[in-house]
Amino acid sequence: MRNIWTIARREYRQYFISPLAYVTALAILLVVGAYFSLYLYFVSQQSLFGAQAPETNIVVGPMATIFLLGIPALTMRLLADEQRMGTLELLLTAPVRDAELVIGKWLGAFLFALTIIAITFIFPVILNALVDPGIDQGIMISGYLGIILMVAALLALGTAISALFSNQFAAFFVTLGLMLFLWWVIGWPSSVFQYGAPHDIFEHLNISKHFGDMTGGNVTLAAIVYFLSLTILGLLVGTTAVETRRWR
Amino acid sequence: MIRAEGLTKDYGARRAIDNLTFETRQGEIVGFLGPNGAGKTTTMRILTGYMPPTAGTATVAGFDVVEESLEVRRRVGYLPETVPLYPDMTVFEYLKFMADLRHLPNAEDAVDEALEAVGMSERADGYIANLSKGMRQRVGLAQALLHKPEVLILDEPTIGLDPAQVVEVRTLIREIGKERTVMLSTHILSEAQQVCDRVLIINKGRLVAEDTPENLQARLTGAQRARLRVRGDIEDARPLIARIDGVQDIKILDDGALEFQFAPATDIRPTVAKAVVQAGLDLLELSPVGMSLEEIFLELTRGETTVR
Repeated sequence: MRNIWTIARREYRQYFISPLAYVTALAILLVVGAYFSLYLYFVSQQSLFGAQAPETNIVVGPMATIFLLGIPALTMRLLADEQRMGTLELLLTAPVRDAELVIGKWLGAFLFALTIIAITFIFPVILNALVDPGIDQGIMISGYLGIILMVAALLALGTAISALFSNQFAAFFVTLGLMLFLWWVIGWPSSVFQYGAPHDIFEHLNISKHFGDMTGGNVTLAAIVYFLSLTILGLLVGTTAVETRRWR
Repeated sequence: MIRAEGLTKDYGARRAIDNLTFETRQGEIVGFLGPNGAGKTTTMRILTGYMPPTAGTATVAGFDVVEESLEVRRRVGYLPETVPLYPDMTVFEYLKFMADLRHLPNAEDAVDEALEAVGMSERADGYIANLSKGMRQRVGLAQALLHKPEVLILDEPTIGLDPAQVVEVRTLIREIGKERTVMLSTHILSEAQQVCDRVLIINKGRLVAEDTPENLQARLTGAQRARLRVRGDIEDARPLIARIDGVQDIKILDDGALEFQFAPATDIRPTVAKAVVQAGLDLLELSPVGMSLEEIFLELTRGETTVR
């Protein structure tokens, strides 16, 4: 536990001296902020005609899309760069378990992502003040829970891929590909098979489906199990990747 | 302290080390000598728990490097060949991070002590990116010393340092080696001679010799060579030297020097010097010719015989 925390803390600090992490954070906050402002502007023009009051999903929805691009940038160097710089040898000969190393790396990235998510919390607060009688707290909580779970899962997958490569750009593109696959491509078969087991299986594997449920205020056990399983899977694959490095 | 038995490592089809067996005792500085690609780094990586051997076993401080890897890693200080540093951390931050990973109770004191030992205290707050190669080497060494390990494994600790720094690092290693077991790799014979109590020579992954540096040299050469230069034509000196008792195998080299062989028990160099001067020649150089590492390898690996 202590080693996980030591590694996570170093990694978290590392993000604050990395230009790439700032760019990623800036992109997420800029897009979310711009979308939020424009949305409010248009809604305010239509309110006379009884438009529906906006909910937290106008913040969480665009944030998820930008995170899909941002997460590969946040995870690409986690282990790939240690390999390139030769510092992996230092960590693998320190009294640290491979799993502790991988979990620590993931946790550092997760804490940084949580920091970005925490900053966006200002938007629901503004929204709550503007909308009468206030926004739906349930939708807000489930939306934020959704993005946190999704980001945890995607970061774990990114960490695993970073452990497989010693070139961070290779790690970036493979992670991005996997992210788009799980978010987008995997939804195609479920619309081809309109019903039955194939439809259910592919729909269950679809990130955007589970995330959509959560942002709609629907906290399903299926979604929670799905995101937690993906997180654990990512950390397991990452640990195995580090272990197999030793055998090469 | 370190015991390796039948250690073998294959990288795919290539055998990096082949059936290495050796042992080191506590408080001994052992040199691991061999040309590049002989398998020094591979052996050290196995001993530090970085990677498992393909076959054979090794124990460090009584723990198996594969089965009890974490116990081994707690007791070993390791300086890899490419010093593993984070350039965007300060020296202090880096060492504190490593001290935390080792769960040292007084991490900051341990860092200060290690910095003191390598003479880097005044650079503690500087960024690693701004350090010279020699200083980085010393920070790497401080990292290996942090937890006062029972066994210190140093892969080419003096490579890339300037001569003054080389002397410093060697002195430091000798100092550390008084209490702890040190294993260091090098491809410089004179370094092994100066620093080590015992030398293991490996070539192409095999142990070819194991002895004290002095014995090794004596046993390998069996005779000593010296080199002579005079002003003017060296051919004038040749008959003078040939006349002296015990001189054998006289050769004139391309650079105008003369080399000859003699038994180490009878150092006849003073006789040679006198003979040259008395003949009215100006003596420019008379120096012993050490066997180069390459020659030792050629000698040792000839016919694949193993000297033990």
